Amino acid sequence: MATQTLNRATLGTSTSPAVRQPRKKMSAGRIAAVVVAAVIAVLWLVPFAWATVTAFKSETDAASPKVSWIPPSGFTADAFVKVFQDGNIPLWTWNSLYTSAAITAVTLVISSLVAYALSRIDFKGKKVLMTVIIASIIVPPPVLIIPLFYQMLALHMIDTSWAIILPQVIHPAMVFVLKKFFDQIPRELEEAAVMDGASRMRIFLQVVLPLSRPILAAVAIFVFIGAWNNFLWPFIATNDASLLTLPVGLQTIKSAYGIQYAQNMASALLAALPLILVFLFFQRQIIKGVATTGLAGT
Amino acid sequence: MSSSLIARRSPGNRVSSPAARGTRSSVTRNNLSGWGFATPFLVFFLVFLVWPVVYGIYMSLTGKSLTGANDSVIGLANYAEAFADADMWRSLGNTLYFTVISTVPLVLVALVMAALLNVGLPAQWLWRLSYFAPYLLASTVVSLFFTWMYNPQLGLINDSLSKIGIPKIAWLNDPNVAMWAIVIATLWWTVGFNFLLYLAAMQNIPAQHYEAASLDGAGAWRQLFSITLPQLGPTTVMIVLLQVLASLKIFDQVYQMTAGGPGGATRPAVQYIFETGFTGYRLGYSAAISYIFFGLIVLVSVMQFVITRRRSA
Repeated sequence: MATQTLNRATLGTSTSPAVRQPRKKMSAGRIAAVVVAAVIAVLWLVPFAWATVTAFKSETDAASPKVSWIPPSGFTADAFVKVFQDGNIPLWTWNSLYTSAAITAVTLVISSLVAYALSRIDFKGKKVLMTVIIASIIVPPPVLIIPLFYQMLALHMIDTSWAIILPQVIHPAMVFVLKKFFDQIPRELEEAAVMDGASRMRIFLQVVLPLSRPILAAVAIFVFIGAWNNFLWPFIATNDASLLTLPVGLQTIKSAYGIQYAQNMASALLAALPLILVFLFFQRQIIKGVATTGLAGT
Repeated sequence: MSSSLIARRSPGNRVSSPAARGTRSSVTRNNLSGWGFATPFLVFFLVFLVWPVVYGIYMSLTGKSLTGANDSVIGLANYAEAFADADMWRSLGNTLYFTVISTVPLVLVALVMAALLNVGLPAQWLWRLSYFAPYLLASTVVSLFFTWMYNPQLGLINDSLSKIGIPKIAWLNDPNVAMWAIVIATLWWTVGFNFLLYLAAMQNIPAQHYEAASLDGAGAWRQLFSITLPQLGPTTVMIVLLQVLASLKIFDQVYQMTAGGPGGATRPAVQYIFETGFTGYRLGYSAAISYIFFGLIVLVSVMQFVITRRRSA
């Protein structure tokens, strides 16, 4: 289930219609499907649209009890200007970017190494290690916040980026996903390299990793989105306004701006923008990532 | 590379055969490289997962507080107190309630979305994008969007409802409605993930099934009920399983939209853990509640496992 393959038609980012079935005429059923799908799509897009309209209103119009899609005193970018002058959104975006990138990089390195060992090397204690890692999938992160906080306090890491990054690099489910992918790489490819006297590390770096790009990309994107959007742990680990990640920073903005609705929506949209852009660029890999690593509901 | 493959296959030179692999030096080498590859992960795993799990159990047996007072072991007193704590039971109850009422729409709506797109509508990417895009948002963004739309006086939802004659609803302030308001926001936010899992599973159903059915004169509806839905059993089991586990961990959107209110009506278990630890300063007690919550999750997982086992047997 975790490694189900997807055909191009599902995943392609191109606008070509699905080639799976022969194209049919627009029957009544098909028209009904389009209508229902469109109704749902509109419902799903309304919050974005409403937030965007609000962000481009003046605060007076936004706080008017008369709800309007076209503001009486016209559209204005004032709210965005104010949010930018405030200066925190760019800083928090940067914080989110580099902590998420660091988490993703460390996760990829340590997970692929251990997954390779579990997949290919016969070493003593492998079964125990595998069992422990699989069992740990069930530990819900919120259960660890109290001991982790205390641990970070003892290590003097509270209110540093380390506190945000380090505990987020363990993804037992991702190890499992990578191992299953490595299992499918033909052993002959490696045995040839072994015969040529290549070391394990060389085989890993030059044979296995290049063949694993799709799954590495999927895991990377998945871990990145998770880290980018994580709220609870960064919220606990940092108080220093200059270290906050975007989701945590936004939470403080909400109380600081109070009833500044336009500014609230402008900052929410600015915070949403980077990942929406990432999605538009990597749509195919992201969808594939959900399908292949879907088991990893972390 | 090819020469070494030939060498391996030639008789008398079976270096990598199972028997030969078992020489002492190669076993040692394998043990060394195996643990060598595992070490970086293991270090993080032990320090940031295993140790907190173990240390958390110890903490739950102490009177530890954030102010540093009373670090001594007090045995099971925290657990005894927790079991008598009506607020804890209420937060666990809220969590279970949310899990039950959120899982049904989060699975059904995802199924409907995927079934609609599986018909082969034009501009697939546009539908996928609109259904899935909210999943990319941080909980804070979702909460800002919905707090704004739920606003009783200025919000879009009440305004739209009033146009069809439905009186104003105090979405986040009415104890009977607040949890449903959270469910709606959560549905909008996360259903795209389940939708993609369903869509992937549907696209994996061999096209021959549909071709054969078309030849037999089965229409789209018939195909949906006779081919597509029956093939989705294992996917549905997996989605329900993941969804239940995800819903049990609810915290972010509740904390941000209602702060657990009104009057604790939406406060979930994770928030109660957070509050006893960081607002109430009682780390030991908070750790004990964490493990009761953990126990609940294990219990639900085991129940799901047993049920799915029995079904498939």
